[in-house]
Amino acid sequence: MDTKIATDRLRLSFGKTEVLKSITIKVHRNTITGFMGPSGSGKSTLISVINRMIDFENNVRIEGDATIDGTSILDGSINPIELRRRVGTVFAVPIPLPRSIFENIAYGPRLKGTSDRTTLHHLVEDSLKKAFLWDEVKDRLGTSALKLSGGQQQRLCLARTLALKPEIILLDEPCSGLDPISTAKIEDALSELKSEYTIILVSNNTKQIARISDFSAFFYLGELIEYDTTEKVFTAPAETKTEDYIQGKFG
Amino acid sequence: MRINPRYINRLVRMGLNVQAYFTVGILIIIVAIIFFKGFPHTNFAFILSFPEDMGREGGIFPSIVGTIQLALLSILLATPLGLGTAIFLTEYTKESLFTKFIRFGVESLAGIPSILYGLFGFIFFVIKLKMGWSLLAGVLTMTIMILPTIIRTSEEAIRAVPRQLRIVSYSLSASKWETIKKVVIPAAIPGILTGIMLSIGRAVGETAAIIFTMGSSLRLPLSLMDSGRTMAVHFYILAREGISMEKAYGTAVVLVLSILLINILAYYIMNKAIARYS
Repeated sequence: MDTKIATDRLRLSFGKTEVLKSITIKVHRNTITGFMGPSGSGKSTLISVINRMIDFENNVRIEGDATIDGTSILDGSINPIELRRRVGTVFAVPIPLPRSIFENIAYGPRLKGTSDRTTLHHLVEDSLKKAFLWDEVKDRLGTSALKLSGGQQQRLCLARTLALKPEIILLDEPCSGLDPISTAKIEDALSELKSEYTIILVSNNTKQIARISDFSAFFYLGELIEYDTTEKVFTAPAETKTEDYIQGKFG
Repeated sequence: MRINPRYINRLVRMGLNVQAYFTVGILIIIVAIIFFKGFPHTNFAFILSFPEDMGREGGIFPSIVGTIQLALLSILLATPLGLGTAIFLTEYTKESLFTKFIRFGVESLAGIPSILYGLFGFIFFVIKLKMGWSLLAGVLTMTIMILPTIIRTSEEAIRAVPRQLRIVSYSLSASKWETIKKVVIPAAIPGILTGIMLSIGRAVGETAAIIFTMGSSLRLPLSLMDSGRTMAVHFYILAREGISMEKAYGTAVVLVLSILLINILAYYIMNKAIARYS
């Protein structure tokens, strides 16, 4: 299978604490890959390397390499701002910008220099449809995004990311604060999106990963314990740690 | 003996009420006295005509213009400068001895009595730079005077913008400056406006520093190099030199009304800004 994102013996530490211990993983193109593991396992940190949001943390030391399409993204010649157009991120807590629904989604495209009203409109509509939110907000695009419900806000954040036209979408526990119905809508949207995007879903909810991901990776204390097809990981895990985690024995 | 918390509660509430009414009461009394003494002498002719006989007769038109010129120009100078400093301190520096030094300097500047600013302005702008008593010297002095307020309030406002908003902006491929421009500043506008309002109030109400730098000419200042007098200075001179108490109180009424107007206007802009960005 075609590799989109890869890390090679990636080590990362905050000060003296090593958070990622030599992670080597290949994430396949146009799939949903689930990252699971108890808190402190390093899965969110790994994501923040891929979108280079790690740049905003202090005292970070990184060794090893991470690549997208075979090109290193830790190289000094990479412009993190351009990288973040290719790698979209949805965070655990939906944080709409304090402006209208329309302007939230147009934020990224406007930064790229898209200012034509019709183009923006198409982009906003398209992104909202892909995020399964269009029908609920199409009549009130001008109202404040802060007035949406939590579930709607999270889909707005997904739409906002899609409007960047990224190649990769990283979701860092996107459903942790959502009710089952909102969660189902996000999952439906993601299943539709994987034909066009490479998606990494970080989640503490193993059932969610089992439901929608094609590949699953289990992290524990900064190490990649197991990585295989979701079917394999969930039906016949190679490691007892993985099995214990999936069965809810710890977490 | 243990007092029933309900009574203590009631007592505290009563005490706080009295304090609140006391504050508002004093404000009302001051405004009432000014209006009572000045309102009979205030009319459109007073506002629109020129003073005669040192201000004993006629109106205060040049002082109104002088006040607006001084306040507006110093705000226009101090806001970008102060906001720039605040952005630099909050977004582009890490807490260090250097930023502590700047912040200490800013705080010290805020505590200096205005007469010292006046003296500095007189020595530096009026004499050394040969500006003479002029609108320009007044504006520059006033700018330095209100700068600390603008810096401090803007800094607080910028600091209060949640870090998450910035993170989201960065994740949507914004650069640092784009994030500051499109997310941080808009969210901080209410706080920044508070600083601007306080500064306008200070510029409009200042006398000591203005007399030393802008002078007290009764003519209409038509250029930056003209001397002029603000309403506050006009009031001070009329009252201090016993020229005309009626005209002095008339001026005070216009002064109070214009401050009220500025406040209403600022609140209007603030609410607009809040409505737009929330």
